[in-house]
Amino acid sequence: MILIKELTELNGVSGNENEVREYIKSKINGLCDSIEVDTIGNIIAYKKGSSGRLKVMLSAHMDEVGFMVSGYMEKGFLKFKTVGGIDSRILPGKRVVIGKKRLKGVIGAKPLHQQSPEERERIAKIKDLYIDIGAETKEEAEKLAPLGEFVAFDSDYVELGNDCIKAKALDDRVGCAVLMEVLKYKFEFDLYACFTVQEEVGLRGAQVAAFKIMPDVALVLEGTTCADVPEVKPFDFSTELGNGAALTLVDRTCYSDRKLVQFLYDTAVKNGIKVQFKQTTTGGNDAGQIQRTGNGVKTASISVPCRYIHSPVSVMSRSDFECVERLTLAALNEMNKDKDFTKNVAAV
Amino acid sequence: MQEILKTVTQAFGVSGNEEDIREIITTEIKKYVDEIKVDAMGNLIAVKKGKKKKILFAAHMDEIGVIATFIDDKGFIRFSNLGGVSAFNSLAQRVRFKNGTMGCINVEEKLESMKDLRLGKMYIDIGCTSKEEAEKYVKVGDTASFTGDFHVQGDFAISKAMDDRSGCAVLIELIKTMPKTDNEIYFVFTTQEELGLRGAKTASFGIMPDCAIAIDVTRTGDTPECNSMEVKLGKGPAIKVKDSSYIAHPQIRRTLQDLAQENGIPYTLELLERGGSDPGAMQTSGTGIPCGGISIPCRYVHTPCEMVSIQDLNNCVKLAGLFMKHYK
Repeated sequence: MILIKELTELNGVSGNENEVREYIKSKINGLCDSIEVDTIGNIIAYKKGSSGRLKVMLSAHMDEVGFMVSGYMEKGFLKFKTVGGIDSRILPGKRVVIGKKRLKGVIGAKPLHQQSPEERERIAKIKDLYIDIGAETKEEAEKLAPLGEFVAFDSDYVELGNDCIKAKALDDRVGCAVLMEVLKYKFEFDLYACFTVQEEVGLRGAQVAAFKIMPDVALVLEGTTCADVPEVKPFDFSTELGNGAALTLVDRTCYSDRKLVQFLYDTAVKNGIKVQFKQTTTGGNDAGQIQRTGNGVKTASISVPCRYIHSPVSVMSRSDFECVERLTLAALNEMNKDKDFTKNVAAV
Repeated sequence: MQEILKTVTQAFGVSGNEEDIREIITTEIKKYVDEIKVDAMGNLIAVKKGKKKKILFAAHMDEIGVIATFIDDKGFIRFSNLGGVSAFNSLAQRVRFKNGTMGCINVEEKLESMKDLRLGKMYIDIGCTSKEEAEKYVKVGDTASFTGDFHVQGDFAISKAMDDRSGCAVLIELIKTMPKTDNEIYFVFTTQEELGLRGAKTASFGIMPDCAIAIDVTRTGDTPECNSMEVKLGKGPAIKVKDSSYIAHPQIRRTLQDLAQENGIPYTLELLERGGSDPGAMQTSGTGIPCGGISIPCRYVHTPCEMVSIQDLNNCVKLAGLFMKHYK
């Protein structure tokens, strides 16, 4: 889990993925035939296969949700905007870091006893909040936190209980970790491991990466929603922590290729890997763009369930992560040895 | 037209699950075309070879429906929508799964007000008493379509899935009766239109035609207290001006209007306020494709009782045939 610790302690708010990109590049250097960073900032790590029978793309996004400095208030408080989907209700009192130098700050709001009865009833909106960096003047704040500077959640990696991890950015550093592991192996098919950018702001990196590669098959490795918590009925859980790798049937952006999903499910069962279907159809990920690239790509997603996703305190199960990693490798091995995969699943 | 319309509207083909309807269409058209293939997104692409312009005609095969997301201990199925499914139109409807299993959609009785009706509070009852029993018929991920028999009354036909099987029927008739032309014609039966024009995106990229015409249904302005709209049932094809996904290429729109006028085909102009269609994805595919639409006036779109006029369908076939012959 050291890899997940290191990955989640890096900052890579959408559009500012450099820290994550440099770390991943340094770790996979020597494992691939080529490592390319494209114009939008995706890493495309290529491992040539011995047969060239099939082009397989794996995709995980490097970016995470966060904020951007958007203005200044009296006394040097910072105005900010969200980058990606964040629930404003969780924000007051959260720690953040600003820019590469990790300038510390906290998100503040008007104290409860100063709020009017209406304000207390109302859900805090981003415009009611500010970042306090301890500056004394507007000028000082502008110097320390320039306009447009990215802001990330400040949250450590912590192990909870026997099997859980709390961290920020599990979505989608867990996927990055799986890809980094997979790159240690060699396959007959051509493998393209893509670490994409700007997923959280509209699946942008994956779109151009897939267009460049034009794969036959794509697997997206993700962190996904998990709502197995009090007050939620089982049919709204989406996924359950500890129930293994989650396969998406359909979500807002992609109807996974049904044969490919069945193949992944069968592979999991055959190898004794715990697997579950994501039981809600909300959310979306890079699969949506990859599937509709060029003439179309057979695409499916394998995800690690993450409670409190898009917050600084996402919680996942280590055993679920292992299931996702094992299932990905098992599926790739299956594609590798089974000549019929091309005919039965990947064929158009 | 009636016969084929009945066959295609009653077939199963919820978005992303178009195998059955694709098979039926393939059987209908294969002896009339030079080439036929299926792409990665499941689109059915049939080609009639020619030397001049490449023209793409598209109709989507998929229909709206539901997908099972959870089965509870008593065998009730929770579901989600595939495409624009209204909770109000779904209440107390029957749905049929691909394997024939019938289900009734109903809502939790604790609902305080009909205003709170949401698909999230509704379930499908397939008459089972346990999860184990229910799973013999339906598994999580299985899809079902609304049922709605095919019925003809005078010139009007009523069925589920007129959106857009009536467009498929028009294309099938067009293939069977098409005029001689030097243009190369691509007949594309697209997938996942109802989920966001998805099949059309990849199909059009693969073909890169000189122009594309979609045959899809549109709303009408001829029912009690409805929003005003030029399009009316039985008043001929609606030539697309715009919908919320694209603006028809002016030259294509003009060509269609001219052809209709010269040949005495009645038509109206369609300005659709809400709703998109395949050209929305096709027009920005690759280096861009000029697009237009010949729309089928249809009442009660996205309900199990969609209504079209047979005469309108025949006129759509005529107009599309003229376009493929005269487009230069």
